[in-house]
Parts: sequence; structure tokens; C-alpha cells
Amino acid sequence: MTVTPVSRSTRHVHHTHRTLSSPWATMGAIIIAAVWTVPTLGLFVSSWRPANQITTSGWWTFFAHPEVTVDNYTTTMNFVSSRITVAQSLVNSLTITIPATVIPIMLALMAAYALAWIDFRGRHVLFVAIFSLQIVPLQMLLVPLLRLYSGGVEIGGTQIIPSFPANSLGSGFAQVWITHTMSALPLATFMLHNALASIPVDIMEAAQIDGAGHGQIFRRLALPLAMPTIASYAIFQFLWVWNDLLVATIFTSGRNAPVTKILADLSGVHGQQWYLLTAGTFVAIIVPLIVFFALQRFFVRGLLAGATKG
Amino acid sequence: MAKRYVTYGLVGLTVATMALAGCSSTPSPSPSSEAPGAPEVVTIYGTPTGNEGSQWEASWQAWAAANNIDIQYTGDRDFTTNISTKIQGNSLPDIAVFPQPGLMKSVIQTGKVQPLDPTTLATLQQNFSADWQAYGTVDGQQYAVPLDASAKGYIWYSPSAFEQWGVTVPKTWDDLMTLTDTIQQKVSGPVWCAGFNSGDSSGWPGTDQIAEYLLSASGGDVYDQWVSGDVKFTDQPVADAFSALGKLWLDPKYVNAGFGGVDTINSTAFGDVAIPLANGQCALTNQATFLEASFADAKTAAGTTPKVAPDGDIWAFMMPPVAGTQSVVGGGDFAVAFTSSPAVQKVMNYLASGDYANSLITVSGATFITANKGVDVSKEADPLLAQAIQTLTDTNTTFRFGAGDTMPSVVQQAWWKGTVDWLNGASQTSVLSQIQASWADA
Repeated sequence: MTVTPVSRSTRHVHHTHRTLSSPWATMGAIIIAAVWTVPTLGLFVSSWRPANQITTSGWWTFFAHPEVTVDNYTTTMNFVSSRITVAQSLVNSLTITIPATVIPIMLALMAAYALAWIDFRGRHVLFVAIFSLQIVPLQMLLVPLLRLYSGGVEIGGTQIIPSFPANSLGSGFAQVWITHTMSALPLATFMLHNALASIPVDIMEAAQIDGAGHGQIFRRLALPLAMPTIASYAIFQFLWVWNDLLVATIFTSGRNAPVTKILADLSGVHGQQWYLLTAGTFVAIIVPLIVFFALQRFFVRGLLAGATKG
Repeated sequence: MAKRYVTYGLVGLTVATMALAGCSSTPSPSPSSEAPGAPEVVTIYGTPTGNEGSQWEASWQAWAAANNIDIQYTGDRDFTTNISTKIQGNSLPDIAVFPQPGLMKSVIQTGKVQPLDPTTLATLQQNFSADWQAYGTVDGQQYAVPLDASAKGYIWYSPSAFEQWGVTVPKTWDDLMTLTDTIQQKVSGPVWCAGFNSGDSSGWPGTDQIAEYLLSASGGDVYDQWVSGDVKFTDQPVADAFSALGKLWLDPKYVNAGFGGVDTINSTAFGDVAIPLANGQCALTNQATFLEASFADAKTAAGTTPKVAPDGDIWAFMMPPVAGTQSVVGGGDFAVAFTSSPAVQKVMNYLASGDYANSLITVSGATFITANKGVDVSKEADPLLAQAIQTLTDTNTTFRFGAGDTMPSVVQQAWWKGTVDWLNGASQTSVLSQIQASWADA
């Protein structure tokens, strides 16, 4: 009984493999990749052209009259908004993004493990409840969270959660970390739960028989086996937080602003300096590119983690 | 094994980042109140970012340093949306600077804005006209201090061409129409150029001019009633303004110099009118002071960059009054305080003072103007801006905010669109009743 689905799916995989590696498919993929890359290429070429050429002629004319300048990059790097430079805002972005990626993954991992392998009443209901929070849009969280941060929580005159030290426009980075963590947890828990739940029962039972407690199983077994999913979710979350502008504008004050906020300011109040955005974009995507290429081998595996289950 | 080190490394990195962030951010707000001599922090939240934001910061920097106050400014392009979120979330700056009075009044009505303290109120009453004070008044209480100002309704021309044609700057609207005819005969071609194209807000340059005409022809009271919806778009004063400007815009004899026929007004970008004006193809155009910046990229007929000066290639005069005294349609930013500490009150009082106005207009590289009567105009290096400041601070000048910016945004958008349709050939009556119909959705 168990043999048939396996062999069918093996055949299916072989068939898919053949289809995807046919010369036509390869050519199609190359064409799609080229078309998708053209705008980025145009942006890249533009970022090296002088300002007056960017504003008056198309980037493709560069190849007829090549004229290269680093002015856009130097202006961008020296740009100051709310008394911080682009370089400082890159540091802010890292300061925001690293904890806002690691904290939700740590919390979600533990929750996912408990939901998948610890048998307690109502865990299925709880799991569905957590995942259904995914439908709450981030925008709806802004006002309640601001109230929570500025007023804390009081029940019957007793302060349950204290308010953050009110430097009214935001206090350091804590508000941003917590906000990103909250909005990330439902999806993170769901993805990691699926990864952990797909560990064969036999392995878990074997570990238990050998005398391993939940703590040991979690560290020695669950964590390494879930690594591809963790890595691919880390890429998602890192890119999402790195590219976020909304949470950053609401919860950070001037000097804690991330690079997205400074880039939004770069074009000027009337958008008159929009040509600088060409260089600004490339400054901002360096870090996500490094992260992506460092973790990309996990990425495809992780993407399929939820899909191939069962 | 290696993977576990990666995990521990990441956790360690997180803790390190958080600790570093904690170290770098805590010293600024908390211990400052205890340590003697440490500056008191006042936060200001406003719209300008980047260079404009830095120029604002420069305008109060010296005073703040001298008074041991640390003004922390945060600029936000989405100020108008985000301030509402911050107010609902009780997460407020000490001072917020609003780019338009409509939103500010609704915020004042939430009850979270502090009324001006007596000292600031006295400074404000001494330095600002009743028109300006009225924008910050709710239920007889004064809340807002105007920070800067802007003026629309400049008619740009070429002084050297005027000299050649033997004509002078007109003093009234009728003179302007006569002048248009005179120039038309001299050049035997269109006189005015106009560009209303501005992406999804196309049409606004036209609505500004209608507002300017209406304020000048019908006066401040009718204008206020029109803005609040009591005078309808279908009523006589608005119809008169449309007809008066229609005489210029819809007549191929007068427009669109340097571009083509009437239909090119809608397709021309608003800043592009600088080009035919600079090279002499166009004699007159109506646009705000910011058009001055567009001439830097334009070329005269001789191929040089035009000199903007009373005796140069390009200069501007304010739209002459249709009836009565000079009126100005413009804008400005208003500061309101959400907290009432002595330091915040000191900052508000400073923003209302003549000293601040002087500091504002002398910020290097900036083009700020002010309606503060305590200003010393001789400090303004740019003659065009000096002229604008003089008009704004003149006690006889009637000042009103741009009508579209003060009306509900659905009406403003219907009006923009109506103006575009009108130039595309729709009849004036149908356009006006369509704009009026949008009030139902406001």
C-alpha cells in the first residue's frame, strides 16, 4: 500500500525533471530572467550616469554616449536627513533587522515544537487560532500598539505592563523589534510547525526511548532537522523587515530611522532629486543581497517545505 | 555541530546588537533631566525631510544651543496620515508642524493640543495679522504659531521684453487684460503660456488661479464661505472667476505660447512653462515663487541661463487686484504643542518671534519666506522673496490659504478634474455643476 504512492511520486518527479530541463524550458527561463532583469539593469546603469543625463534621456542611450560618474553615490552616501547619514541609517537598519529576525524565530520555534510534539489539550485549536492571526493586517496593529507602548497596561489601577520611557517619538529600537516580532509570529509558527511536524514519529520515539527529554530532543533533533526551514524563513523575515517603511516611520524617531526612511527622503520634498534614488537603491540592496546569496541554498528547499508535506 | 555554532552565533549577535542599541539610545533621553546643565529635549514632528528638513533644523539651531534646549526634529513625508495614527495611539511629539490648517483644526478638536501660553500668545498677536491668527483659532482659543509661509499668484515676465515693447507692470486686472492685448498685437501670436499637467493631481495650477481671482474679486468673506461650501461652485462669484480666466485660457489668440493650442495646456507639465518664458516665446505665465528654481535649467534665446532679477531676463509681479487691495493666496506651516513644559513653551514663543523669522529667511541655501511682521526684510538676499515677504507682512494684504487645499479632498480632486475637462472643451456650466455635485461625497 505504501509503495504505490512513493513510486508514483518518483515517476512524477522524473517527469517534471525532464520537462524542466528540456532545451525549450531552459530557453524560456533565460528569456524570463532577462526580461525581469532589464529594469534593474536600467536602474544600475542610470546610477552611474550624470544627473542631467538621467533626467533628460533614457538609460539605454548610455551605451551610445558612455559617461560615468560616481557623483550619485557620493551624494547619496553624504545625504543627511534628521541629522543622520545614509551610512548611519544602514547601521540602524541592521540594528533593527537582526533582532527582529532572530527573536520571532526563537519564539516561534519553541511554540512550534510544543504544538507539534507536546500533547496537551486544545493544541490543534490553539494552532489554528495562532495561524488565523495571520489575516490581521499590520496596519490595524499600529494604533493599539502605540497605545500599549505609550500607556502600558493597567488593570484595576495596577500596572501590569509598564510604558516605555516616553521620548514621545519612539524609544530606541525596542518598539520596532516588538512590533515586527508580533506581526511575524503567526506565519513563523505555522511554517516551523510544518517543518517540525514532518519529522518521522519513529525518530522522535527512538529519542524518547533513549531517555532524551523535550529539551534535548529540541536542541539535538528538532533544531538541526528544521534548519532549512529556519534559514528560508530567516531570509523572508530579514528581507521583509529590511524593506519595511511603515513600521519604521511610525515607531522610530529621527535618529533611529532605518535606510528605507532615509531613501524615501532622498528624492526631496517635491521629488526634484529623484535621480539619486538610482544610486540609493543599490546602496540599500547590498545587505539583502549578501544575506540572500549566503542562505539561498536553503531557500528553495524551505519554499517547498510546506508544499511537499504528505 | 557547525550548525549549532551558527545558531549560537546568531543569538549572540542579536543580544550584542540589542545591548549596543540600548547603550547608544538610553543616555540621550533619561539621565538628561537629572544631570545639571544637560539640554532639555523638545521633539518636533513635521513634513519636510532631507535638505528641506535640515534647513528647518538650521533655522532654530543657534537659538536652541544658546538656550540649552535640544530640539530633536523628525521629518516624515507621510506626516498627514501618520499624525492621525500617532494621536489615536497617544504617542505624541512635543510640537507638531502642520502643512495645512484643515487637518490641524480637526486635530485641535480632539482636545490633545495645548492652547498657547500667555507669553507666546502676546508674541503671536504682536507679529501676525488677524488672517493668520484665525487659522490657529478654535472656539476662541489660540493654538497655533505660523512657522513659515508661501505665496502663489506670481505673474512671471521678461523685464527686457517689457522695455522693448514699451509696456509696464499692470496695477489692476483690467490693466493686465489691456496689457495682454497690447503684447498680442506686438508679437502677433499667443501671449500666455500655461501647463496644468501634474500626474494624478493635474489641473491644480488652474484651480490656484481661479482661487486667486475669486479672492481678489469677491473678497475674503465670500472666499471663506466658498471654501466651507456655503457659496456654491454654481453661484455667481465662482462662475465669474471661471469666465474671467476662460477669456485667457480658452482663446487660441492668447494661449498657449511656445507649446501650441488650448489643448496643450493640459499636456504641458507645470514646471515646463519656464522654458518658453526664458527663450522669449511666451510673454506671461502665472505660477508660485518656486518656478524660480525651474529657470536654472532653462536657456534664453541667446543660449545663456536666464538671470532672475527686476532688471534681468526674468522677473515676476503679484497678480494685480481685480477690486480693492492686494490679496494673496498661499500656504504655510503651523506649529502646535501637545505638551506644556517650560522648554516647549519657550520654543513656541521663539517660533512666534521676529528673531526666528530673521533666522528662517537667512538660512543658507533655503528659500523660506514668512508672514511674521517682526521680520527685518533687508536681511533677505533674494529680491523676489523680499518682495513676497513685504506683501505678506503688509497690513493691507488679505491672505487666504489655497482653496483646494482647505476644501475636502474629494472636492479638490473633482475641481482639478473639472478644470482639465473644461480646457478639453466641456461647457463651463456642466463642469461647475459636476464639481458642486462632489460636495455630496465630502
